Amino acid sequence: MNYATGSRARAVGGPIFTKTVVALLLIAALAVVLIAVRFALGLGATTAMNDGYAWGLWIAFDVVTGTAFGCGGFAIALLVYIANRGQYHPLVRPALLTSALGYSIAGFSVLLDLGRPWLAWKIPFMFWHWNPHSVLLEVALCIMAYMLVLWVELSPAFLEKARDSGSATLRNFAERTLPILRKSMLWVIALGMLLPTMHQSSLGSLLLLSGPRLHPLWNTPLLPLLFLISCIAMGFGAVVLESTLSSRYFGRSAHRDMLASLGGWILPIVSLFLLIRVVDLVVRDQLGALLALDRYGTMAAVEIALFAASIVMMRSQSQRLRLGNLFRASMCLMAAGTLYRFNVYLLAFQPGEHWGYFPSLTELLITVGLVAGEVAAFIVLVRLFPILEAGSSTTKIDPSPAGIGSTSPTA
Amino acid sequence: MHNETIGEHLVRCGVSRRRFLRFCLELAVVAPAGVAWADKTRGAEMARQIAGARRPSVIWLHMQDCTGCSETLLRTSAPDLAELILHLISLDYHETLMVGSGHQAEASLHQAMSENAGEYVLVVEGSIPRKDGGVYLKIAGENGIDLLERVAANAAAVISIGSCASWGGIPSAAHNPTDAVGVSSVVRDKAVVNIPGCPANPYILLATVLQYATAGTLPLLDDLGRPLFAYDRVLHDHCPRRAHFDKGEFAGAFGDEGHRKGWCLYHLGCKGPVTHAPCSTRHFNEVVDCWPIGIGAPCYGCTEKEIAFRVPMFDTVKPESFAPAASFAPIYHETKTVSPVAAGVAGAVIGGLAGAGLATARSLDKKDEEEES
Repeated sequence: MNYATGSRARAVGGPIFTKTVVALLLIAALAVVLIAVRFALGLGATTAMNDGYAWGLWIAFDVVTGTAFGCGGFAIALLVYIANRGQYHPLVRPALLTSALGYSIAGFSVLLDLGRPWLAWKIPFMFWHWNPHSVLLEVALCIMAYMLVLWVELSPAFLEKARDSGSATLRNFAERTLPILRKSMLWVIALGMLLPTMHQSSLGSLLLLSGPRLHPLWNTPLLPLLFLISCIAMGFGAVVLESTLSSRYFGRSAHRDMLASLGGWILPIVSLFLLIRVVDLVVRDQLGALLALDRYGTMAAVEIALFAASIVMMRSQSQRLRLGNLFRASMCLMAAGTLYRFNVYLLAFQPGEHWGYFPSLTELLITVGLVAGEVAAFIVLVRLFPILEAGSSTTKIDPSPAGIGSTSPTA
Repeated sequence: MHNETIGEHLVRCGVSRRRFLRFCLELAVVAPAGVAWADKTRGAEMARQIAGARRPSVIWLHMQDCTGCSETLLRTSAPDLAELILHLISLDYHETLMVGSGHQAEASLHQAMSENAGEYVLVVEGSIPRKDGGVYLKIAGENGIDLLERVAANAAAVISIGSCASWGGIPSAAHNPTDAVGVSSVVRDKAVVNIPGCPANPYILLATVLQYATAGTLPLLDDLGRPLFAYDRVLHDHCPRRAHFDKGEFAGAFGDEGHRKGWCLYHLGCKGPVTHAPCSTRHFNEVVDCWPIGIGAPCYGCTEKEIAFRVPMFDTVKPESFAPAASFAPIYHETKTVSPVAAGVAGAVIGGLAGAGLATARSLDKKDEEEES
């Protein structure tokens, strides 16, 4: 079993245009129409964004939250390659696919949000115009690069399909490319480890730069660190959700034992997040603001409670082995991380008196449509390409050193 | 005599029409009389309304106080005190202003209470000690708390002037040796108008009493019982030094360059950003800049229940509005609209996701149980 060949993953097969996929595509089609309207009429006419809140739902959800959900690939890769836990390897490809799709949606949403999206190509190329002090530039470059890295990391799945295809050209191409990929994958993976630490923390730095315009409950120099830690937890939540749902949908293994022990790795990470969050509030003398029953205190309390709830649900291996429980914990984690990001980007951020923001119907429907399209793409891709591993739902973790050794990406 | 209107009284006292009109205009300019006369566009209309009102009988009780609020009232010149207590209201009992003393004074209190039962306005200055049955304050042999309860029982309106009467003020500062409280903690069956301040701005009292006299209503109050017409905004919003706050120009110490240049006093402990008071727009006693920030002293938040005598004087507070504006919202364009359809869709999506998730978790639970059994 190795990264480039992923021997045990198989295309699910089956019909492409099932009722679910068609329904999802219809929702996505509505979004496409609305996107056309947005480009025809402009941002002011179609969104609720204004000069005060220049970033709305598309940034807060599609980009900031969506890429955090997309950190499943990052979280699993950290575990498999840094902690050398090869037994989690079956989770890698589906997690990478979720990540690649999530990041692509994020990148696409940024294009919707830009006033002149046709100039976006200049960002990576016109380096002589770069402002090296800009956090936003770092985020833009890093997310673009990571999107590329994710698809490259996932490309063996497509190449394997090509290798087994009837066309001689495709087979040739795949057979020549796969060995190159195999040799270079180590570096690609290393880049894939580095990039999320850079841009996920920078998503926190972005709002830190707004200084006193950020409510004290969230305004901490540790904001980048908190964003980075929470994205790992959210990515894990996304992996559990994706794994559980695809096991139900395709009748594949849910990798229950694997997810449960993976939860064992995530538990200290979430706890660390919560510890830093609360100690930071205490040190900055903001507990009063947390307990104040205004909307800021309430939202912060709900967010912290959701994180705490996920810790309670995942507290022991026996609790985590109950898939329903693990699923709920993951929902909590994802909701908590989402709320944390919405709180920072939309609630805590106060551009000044008299400004307000609530997403318009167009913004909402476009986001919903993009997510629907993402889910449809996931279903179609796992049906066509070797992403999911076949196997019974009682797959046991192979704890032997051999299991670990055989996962070396260059093997 | 008691059914006489203000107008009839003024005619009887020989006050000319012109002088009364001028007085009414002064009132419109200096007093925060926005509520009672907001719809009156001309002095004559105001004059007609005020002249038609009956002079309210006012009983003024002193509890644990320094008489600072009365002193401030004495130093008000437009309208001056004589005009106020002789022509506009009938100040029937006020321990430090009345001529009589001893039994004579008590007799006038008794008379005012019986003649105007249910109609007089009670103004209270100072906090009420409750500890040990209230023995720490005695007036004519009666405990302060008993006196207040007795007089308030038949009052038409109760007004607390100053921070002490509003919620305890200085006497209630930690650790509150006499268990001093404000009027609203003793008089619970009546709406109490709080006019906090140390001292309170006398015009707010004047406007409240005159609104009661002319319209028979009390002003709209905020959640601390303060008239909204005077306490609806933090003084920071209209502070003459606000521009320095926004520019980031702060006095760092008393007497430093910034202080001498009149820069913002926030870092010296100014409580302006959280203090709801009209001080920055209505200075005391018609003297320009006669208010703390005007003379270079940081506001200490005397109109806020949780600030004055609770938070150390030179501690900085966190501004209620934590956002120096990055950009300014258009004046004529409402940006805070929430589309009900969008809100509905957002709610439906969130609810649908949560519901579907929980249903999935429930079915997973069932599977878990099957596997366990």
